[in-house]
Amino acid sequence: MKRLSKHDIELLVKEANFSLRKDIVRLLSKAYAVETNKKAKKALSWILENANIAKKESLAICQDTGLPVIFIEVGKDESISCSSIKNIEKQVSLAYSKNFLRPFAVLPLARKSPSYKGAITHVDFNPDKKGINITIFPKGFGSENKSQLKMFNPTVSLAEIEDFIIESVKRAGPEACPPFVIGIGIGGTSDCALLLAKKALLGRIDFPNKDKFLDNLEKRLLKKINALNIGPMGLGGRHTALAVKIKTVATHIAGLPVGINISCHALRSAGRRFKNIITDEK
Amino acid sequence: MVKDNGLEKLKAGEEILFSGYVYTARDQAHKKLVELIKGKKKLPLDLKNQIIYYCGPTKAPLDKIIGSCGPTTSSRMDKFVEPILKMGIAAMIGKGRRSKKVRELIKKYKCAYFVAPAGCGALLAKKVLSKKLVCFKELGPEAVYKLKVNAFPLIVAIDSRGSDLYKRLGE
Repeated sequence: MKRLSKHDIELLVKEANFSLRKDIVRLLSKAYAVETNKKAKKALSWILENANIAKKESLAICQDTGLPVIFIEVGKDESISCSSIKNIEKQVSLAYSKNFLRPFAVLPLARKSPSYKGAITHVDFNPDKKGINITIFPKGFGSENKSQLKMFNPTVSLAEIEDFIIESVKRAGPEACPPFVIGIGIGGTSDCALLLAKKALLGRIDFPNKDKFLDNLEKRLLKKINALNIGPMGLGGRHTALAVKIKTVATHIAGLPVGINISCHALRSAGRRFKNIITDEK
Repeated sequence: MVKDNGLEKLKAGEEILFSGYVYTARDQAHKKLVELIKGKKKLPLDLKNQIIYYCGPTKAPLDKIIGSCGPTTSSRMDKFVEPILKMGIAAMIGKGRRSKKVRELIKKYKCAYFVAPAGCGALLAKKVLSKKLVCFKELGPEAVYKLKVNAFPLIVAIDSRGSDLYKRLGE
């Protein structure tokens, strides 16, 4: 593990925006190889070519370079100060501006000129990990706008939850840039379910879920979603989603929150684990 | 592209390579344009026979004409389409479905709606030959730019007869 230096944040911002994640490229390439719908295959070839150009030329994979979401996971016996966190946010802003990425935030009601201030930061504590993990997740709003939350009754059937997820994907449609990765968070409070859904997008999407029950559910949902015939650019075919990823957490006896956070095919994130964080960088 | 040079012959689902000029305009630019139209004010650009591209590019790196420049979600512009169509635009480019009302308006005004490869802004940047700021500079990425494009890949999503590539997917 290395110490965090000033340039590390910029490297993460660049990696996230210019280099499509390897697991995504792998699943997209697999989809391209097996897709038989000609139009969908063409769309997949554009997506793969786009990823190559972006990486080679340091161009943003998508012009929507997102609202950057910063995940900080503090491991066992580690601590992080408020000024360190503010410094990380500042480095993200500087890296966006320096690398010609899009100004990412406006005041929600005034909607004046967009600026580089307003990244979203989540801090978590994980006693099972060492060091401090920092992940930059530029979340585009074509897909973010299709997020869903439903507060189910505790006695709801699994089939009803599955229907809600399938309907949400249908509603997302071609606007949210399929093939998607579907992040699902089940449990906790309303805010917690949606945050879990977003976190579900951060792990390797080509790995099976360690929980056997959830793994089966993910596979069943993926099969149903890929039977919707939406496909890349809405042109049909067998690839409306690349993966479904589910995370769960304990919840209240009176409820069952289900949050859905959809990612477009340009699922971008870059993370790295650091040993203690320097606070004095200006 | 002008209305008598083949636009009406295109059919939903057809793929074309477009070379010519497009004007970028998305949410805030549409809001401003429609306010000007409703206030009977002079527009900062002549929309007649022009193509509107729903796009807010990233900034151009120093050695490039433009940054990443793919389409944004068209349905957010649905509520602005009628007054913009009345100004005589030839076509719209974006991504995703349109409302039933927009479909009917496209048919009424003999316009067309194209979709460009969504989430492929780096690939599309390579098809842009020039970029010129037209108006609303204060909107940053949402300003109106005139782009000259070459062999820009497009799919006809709604043709001038109102046929819709996405009809099967509902609204």
